[in-house]
Amino acid sequence: MSETGTQTVRFVRDTMLPEAAPPASQSGAVKWLRENLFSGWLNTILTILGALVLFQILRGLVPWFAHSVWNAQTLGECRQIIAETWGEGARGACLAVVRDRWTQWTFGFYPAHLYWRPVLALVLLFAALAPILFSAVPRRLMAFSALFPFVGYWLLWGGTIWTPVVALAGFVVGYAVWRGMAKRNALAAVLLAVAAALVWWLFLAGPVERALAGVAPLALESVRSSSFGGFVLALTIGVSAISLSLPLGIMLALGRQSDMFLIKTLSVCFIEFIRGVPLITLLFTASLLLNYFLPPGTNFDIILRVIIMVTLFAAAYIAEVIRGGLAALPRGQYEAADALGLDYFQAQRLIVLPQALKISIPGIVSTFIGLFKDTTLVVFVGLLDPLKGITDAVRASTDWKGIYWEPYIFVGFIFFLFCFGMSRYSMYLERRLKRDHR
Amino acid sequence: METIERAVDTSHMKVSDEVAIQISQMNKWYGQFHVLRDINLTVNRGERIVICGPSGSGKSTLIRCINRLEEHQSGQIVVDGTELTSDLKNIDKVRSEVGMVFQHFNLFPHLTILENCTLAPIWVRKVPKAEAEETAMHFLRKVKIPEQANKYPGQLSGGQQQRVAIARSLCMKPRIMLFDEPTSALDPEMIKEVLDTMISLAEEGMTMLCVTHEMGFAQAVANRVVFMDQGQIVEQNTPREFFNNPQSERTKLFLSQILGH
Ligand SMILES: Nc1ncnc2c1ncn2[C@@H]1O[C@H](COP(=O)(O)OP(=O)(O)OP(=O)(O)O)[C@@H](O)[C@H]1O
Ligand SMILES: [Mg+2]
Repeated sequence: MSETGTQTVRFVRDTMLPEAAPPASQSGAVKWLRENLFSGWLNTILTILGALVLFQILRGLVPWFAHSVWNAQTLGECRQIIAETWGEGARGACLAVVRDRWTQWTFGFYPAHLYWRPVLALVLLFAALAPILFSAVPRRLMAFSALFPFVGYWLLWGGTIWTPVVALAGFVVGYAVWRGMAKRNALAAVLLAVAAALVWWLFLAGPVERALAGVAPLALESVRSSSFGGFVLALTIGVSAISLSLPLGIMLALGRQSDMFLIKTLSVCFIEFIRGVPLITLLFTASLLLNYFLPPGTNFDIILRVIIMVTLFAAAYIAEVIRGGLAALPRGQYEAADALGLDYFQAQRLIVLPQALKISIPGIVSTFIGLFKDTTLVVFVGLLDPLKGITDAVRASTDWKGIYWEPYIFVGFIFFLFCFGMSRYSMYLERRLKRDHR
Repeated sequence: METIERAVDTSHMKVSDEVAIQISQMNKWYGQFHVLRDINLTVNRGERIVICGPSGSGKSTLIRCINRLEEHQSGQIVVDGTELTSDLKNIDKVRSEVGMVFQHFNLFPHLTILENCTLAPIWVRKVPKAEAEETAMHFLRKVKIPEQANKYPGQLSGGQQQRVAIARSLCMKPRIMLFDEPTSALDPEMIKEVLDTMISLAEEGMTMLCVTHEMGFAQAVANRVVFMDQGQIVEQNTPREFFNNPQSERTKLFLSQILGH
């Protein structure tokens, strides 16, 4: 700029300046503090206020955690240890309750000699999720992911192995019918496949299962749903509902956008109805009302009913989140797909959904996080959720009568770990799928 | 007009007698609004037609009717012997014969350039993946961007994206190409590279319908210029006659506006 002066129109640098460190006030911690915490008088006041609040909170919490006791059999013993170590009147966390009762929070009243089964199911769950969640894992392992629901069911509930096998066979029957018909008429093939699978499950599966069980009685000790509780229950409901609600939500979102009047109306009614009703209402419906409607004597498992209700509830929300993603897609994308001759399903699967779902990831994961936390509401239909069901059971025992904060903090912390994990995964996924390098 | 530098020799570009597109007595409404009125247009195989006219005159609507992105309400559109009705089979058949290039490219941003080009051949034409990729690379070389094959559309310039869009259409081996203002979203220095691609396509005898305001392109390659106004075809003629000796007042006004400044 200054080279335009009369004497210095021509300028050639002959010595290159070495790299220099910026002045202290312009870098590092000092600069950060000045810019972020003390940039003006309002900011300074807020910073000081915030520091005071933080200080007050920590003044209560830090000693409480610092005085925590992990080794005690009862609340009384724990209080005594705190008083002896830190003086009369000192407060401390009796985290010994976690150490004493963690199996109950984890497994509920699942028989102790069968704990290995939920643990194995959890390990297999991670193996099944890996190829879905991470692109580095070979796609071929998806086959195991597809099998996992049946393996997981068998491990958790036990009973004869033929129950999950014939259930799986229903899908195979449906698929076979679809494969046979798809060439002739796509829609008829889908309808016939569903019908064939239903016929199998409703009429053939039972006798076939009994026959097979008679021939080869392969069975695990069966565990009743009423023994489920704690995080095993929360994860069973949460994982099932999450994996079922996503496909259902996608179908509802597409249904709502459909040109076909009937499909559109049904989707809209379903979504609006489910969203307009509290989840607890749906759960009560599942536990009480369904008994009136189902033929007497039907044994429709309560956990299964709850899973269905939670799934429907989450699916309605997910459908709306995805609708937002669909609306964000420029019309040109649909037109380009049409102009290239892709049919409706190809266009949705290859062009529309990959982009719409990507946009919807934060909303979908929020819904999943909400769903997972809402599994604690099953306490209202008599299931032992970790937060209230199991905690109440622990607090009702003579050993830990009167304990209050520690169980809730522990359960809250475990929930936080799962939810924070989901949140981080969603951010990772968004970064991985980022394609608009503009 | 200065964007076309290369002299285009149109003498060898033969137009056959075979009819590629036949539009007769076609009308279209948007609600109450009569966008296209009594359109009659016959395009022979190998013909290159430029459609021009003021904004809102229905040019886009007309060419979008040809591959049924828009539905016409009366009259007939026959493409390659197939009449466009609500029959989905016919629509699919026409769409697989007709390629379309849009003003805003409409590439699929979540797919690489190569995947953009192989998607439709693989899923619609059921071409094996390796073969589809070979074809795609052939056309990417032709539009002179084979080196971008593994990038994403967002990483390319506008001109490059539009050439990819042309290659993507060509991968379906269409017999007819539709262009809707392919250069009007581009910076001047990129217009030329896209027009060059289109000229070389014309030289190979592709049947082309092109909505454009690039009058240089029209003069260089078009057999016929169609002028539209208020949803009607007002005038059609050879480029030479159309530019030097316009018949209707509207055409004269339009030409003076577009060429005048
Ligand atoms: N989906 C639609 N619904 C209602 N009216 C429409 C719709 N699309 C276009 N129109 C109207 O139809 C007329 C013709 O539109 P069209 O896009 O075909 O014009 P055009 O000649 O391509 O103009 P431009 O040069 O600006 O692209 C315009 O008046 C426009 O407002
Ligand atoms: Mg237009």
